[in-house]
Amino acid sequence: MKILTLLGLLSACFLANSINIEVCTSRFWFNYRHVANTLSVYRSVKRLGIPDSHIVLMLADDMACNHRNPKPATVFSHKNMELNVYGDDVEVDYRGYEVTVENFLRVLTGRLPPSTPRSKRLLSDDRSNILIYLTGHGGNGFLKFQDSEEISNVELADAFEQMWQKRRYNELLFIIDTCQGASMYERFYSPNIMALASSQVGEDSLSHQPDLAIGVHLMDRYTFYMLEFLEDIHPASKTNMNDLFKVCPKSQCVSTPGHRTDLFLRDPGSVLITDFFGSVRKVELTMDAINLTDPIKQMEENPVNGEEQKEVYSYADQLPVSEIIHQKPKQKDWHPPDGFILGLWTLILLVFFKTYGIKHLKHIF
Amino acid sequence: MGLLSDPNRRRALISMLTRLNAPICVVCYFAGVAWFMGLAFEPFTLRTYMSENAMGSTMVEERFPAGERALATGREFAAHKKKVGGMPVDWLVKNMQDRGLEVFTQSFSRTLPFPDENKERYIVKGTNVYGILRAPRAPRTEALVLSAPCSPGDSNNQAVGLLLGLAQYFRNQIYWAKDIIFLVNEHDLIGMQAWLEGYHHTNTTGMSWSPLQGRGGSIQAALSLELSSDVITSLDLVLEGLNGQLPNLDLANLFYAFCQKIGVLCTIQGKLQRNDWDSVSGYSHAVQTMMLMVMKQASGRPWGDHGLFLRYHIEAATIKGVNSFRQYKTDATTIGRLLEGMYRKLNNLLERLHQSYFFYLMPSLSHFVSIGYYMPAFGLLAVILLLRALDLWVQLNTPPSTTEDGVADIDQVRHTLLSVLTPLVISHLTGVALYALPIRFQETAVEHFPVSETEAVVLTAIAIYTAGLALPHNTHRYYIMSAVPDVRGWRVLKLIAVLYLAVLLGCTALINFSLGFILALTLVPLAAFVTPHVPKVLSAFILVILSPACTLLFSVFFFQELQEMPVSFQDGWLLYLSVISQGILDHSLYGSLVYPLIALLVYPCWLLFWNILFWK
Repeated sequence: MKILTLLGLLSACFLANSINIEVCTSRFWFNYRHVANTLSVYRSVKRLGIPDSHIVLMLADDMACNHRNPKPATVFSHKNMELNVYGDDVEVDYRGYEVTVENFLRVLTGRLPPSTPRSKRLLSDDRSNILIYLTGHGGNGFLKFQDSEEISNVELADAFEQMWQKRRYNELLFIIDTCQGASMYERFYSPNIMALASSQVGEDSLSHQPDLAIGVHLMDRYTFYMLEFLEDIHPASKTNMNDLFKVCPKSQCVSTPGHRTDLFLRDPGSVLITDFFGSVRKVELTMDAINLTDPIKQMEENPVNGEEQKEVYSYADQLPVSEIIHQKPKQKDWHPPDGFILGLWTLILLVFFKTYGIKHLKHIF
Repeated sequence: MGLLSDPNRRRALISMLTRLNAPICVVCYFAGVAWFMGLAFEPFTLRTYMSENAMGSTMVEERFPAGERALATGREFAAHKKKVGGMPVDWLVKNMQDRGLEVFTQSFSRTLPFPDENKERYIVKGTNVYGILRAPRAPRTEALVLSAPCSPGDSNNQAVGLLLGLAQYFRNQIYWAKDIIFLVNEHDLIGMQAWLEGYHHTNTTGMSWSPLQGRGGSIQAALSLELSSDVITSLDLVLEGLNGQLPNLDLANLFYAFCQKIGVLCTIQGKLQRNDWDSVSGYSHAVQTMMLMVMKQASGRPWGDHGLFLRYHIEAATIKGVNSFRQYKTDATTIGRLLEGMYRKLNNLLERLHQSYFFYLMPSLSHFVSIGYYMPAFGLLAVILLLRALDLWVQLNTPPSTTEDGVADIDQVRHTLLSVLTPLVISHLTGVALYALPIRFQETAVEHFPVSETEAVVLTAIAIYTAGLALPHNTHRYYIMSAVPDVRGWRVLKLIAVLYLAVLLGCTALINFSLGFILALTLVPLAAFVTPHVPKVLSAFILVILSPACTLLFSVFFFQELQEMPVSFQDGWLLYLSVISQGILDHSLYGSLVYPLIALLVYPCWLLFWNILFWK
């Protein structure tokens, strides 16, 4: 009887992983706050344990190295420059003009050319919890990319349905911080999607605070308060989604944040924040002994025989070259010879006998 | 049948048109004038707002510290200027280099067509000095300009000092995305014209200048600074440029926004804004401000050094510091901060200013009237001309009551066309004479009369203008067929003249609304009522009063009244003569189009009406 105390791994049923896609869709210096929004969410999820390999970060413009930035190589999210969200180890996967609607949809659906590096792919499977965060300028039913194109809510819903059918996600949390953001999640129809938006249709999402040295607004209100909320989350916290829905009430946000949970199978109260924002393995400590069933058969002691019947083992042929080289299809059933050759010989014989007469037949046979 | 194709209805329409023509014309005229006056009424105007997204709502905290040092630099500049007796080029070059700019100079020279008595110059030679602050991290594709003129005497020393102080402060910052060019130009507008021509590799006015050694990319915006005192009480914004062109309204909005933020009193046309728009005095104040802008725009001359930038599609304005008798004074540091804030905002621009209006009138600094609102005033005046033309066309097409045999009709048509062509050609030749002769014959005039060259030019112009009045009595000799008593001839001429005037005024109003409107105010009633049958002496007198030259004379007096500096008749007359000489000089120096327009097009048009009056 083997008594083992184990730290049981995988005590629950499956191995879940969290993958994030964070997209900032605006360019130009005066849209500094959208880049700061995205980078703040990136910082928070990294802090909670999600590695860069599981984050696809798309930033449409480079604010840190913009000529107008009085503090180059920094992007600040709080005024008086308290927090530099750009940091030393940010990994931007899609940058500048690579942030387009086509690239975004390709990342979601996985239809990327084989030469795409792994850091630019969404490596999710049917057990992944995906967090998608979008920010930029939007309107009723669309989100503007790069000042030149738009993605509509219908396209997004269809992309999610493709993801569902290709089993690319288990659960999906969609957060959008734009004007009239609620219109973007109206059209979702795939199961297991929960959505949050910073404002309803007809409302504008407002920015939070300007910085007087940099000369731009640093953050949007919804993301700012969401971040304050996330700062209190640590990897073991048990806060659930209902608390996230309460972030930024109208008194703080001026717009009315909205959410949508009808497509989600689980109750939002039972969904932990860290399911999406953190990468947490469920660990269960047990102090009881667990009986392991013996998978190993005891070796029966064989009487030593003179002849040892040993089977000769050999390696399986990895690459059956001989078969490849001498590859001919073995014909199982007989087919009569080729009709053309048969007909030709018949013709020749007929002509021969016609010319020379049948009496010459004995010369042949 | 349709309204116009049904003969009965057409006859009814036509008869209504001919019956009601004069009353409709009068109503339209007064409606046009009333509309124009109503533009200054505040509920009909819009508040100014920032249209450009890139220059958005956020403000930067300005930190310019060195106002006093800037004033000390200005005093040094004044001392060196007096020592050299002109522009202290070497001192400026060394000073700018010490501040870390790339410094270049440009020399230029120009001989004016005749001496300029206002500024007392004839052969002008000078040097521009400019320093380029390169953007630390950006490519050299775009630039901003800050300029201060080097004026003789004691003016604008503080402007140059502040410019150098700002240059030093800007050089220490890393957030510039565009090159900034600090320009000190000599001989104000002539130097600025030379610099702009050198920068853009064009030569439109025949000036000779040395090519520019250093360049900074395409200029997005420019500000010109005029500051002649250590402390100021208010800042005045000057917008009107060459040929009445105005910068984008966003530049004025930017200035106003910063005035409000920093708390400096800001004026436009030298007039402070008032809050009581519903009282009579408040309304008249707004009307005065608007009329000043209209007058300045109609004159077609650049009212600050910025006026020449506009032609190159560079939005520019002049900021003048005014020191009057108010209690609250603003020091140089605050002005420096205002300029720093404006330049940081302009730094954020991604493309040229184009979101806001290019055609507008401002009854005050915070309200404006756009082209869509003021054009109907001119449209109502133009409608009068069209109604008159229709009326004449109808008269020409109705067969005359006493018909002679039809054979003579064809000859009559040919006679009318030829007899119409003669006044047209002669009027335009007179216009050409008015344009070309005054400058050409100034030497002969000086030989024969005891006048200076400037007076000679101006008086020759007036003489040719008045000589044109004698033409109708002489042109009869040149009629080819004078035997036929032509009752219809004057109608054809009037039709052509009215349509010509309509097209001319329409095109002028599109480019320079103020000029078009003022000309329309006087020329349209003239064109409407003149026929050979009105009483001759009275109409001749009215025609002369309403002619372009007299309009200019009245405008001069009116302008002085608006500026609250009324003049006596002698001074007004001398001012009028100087205005004419300035107009001719502006045309040859900077390419202003007002003088050629009046001489070559408006004056011949008026002469046609004079011919109609004296038609025999």
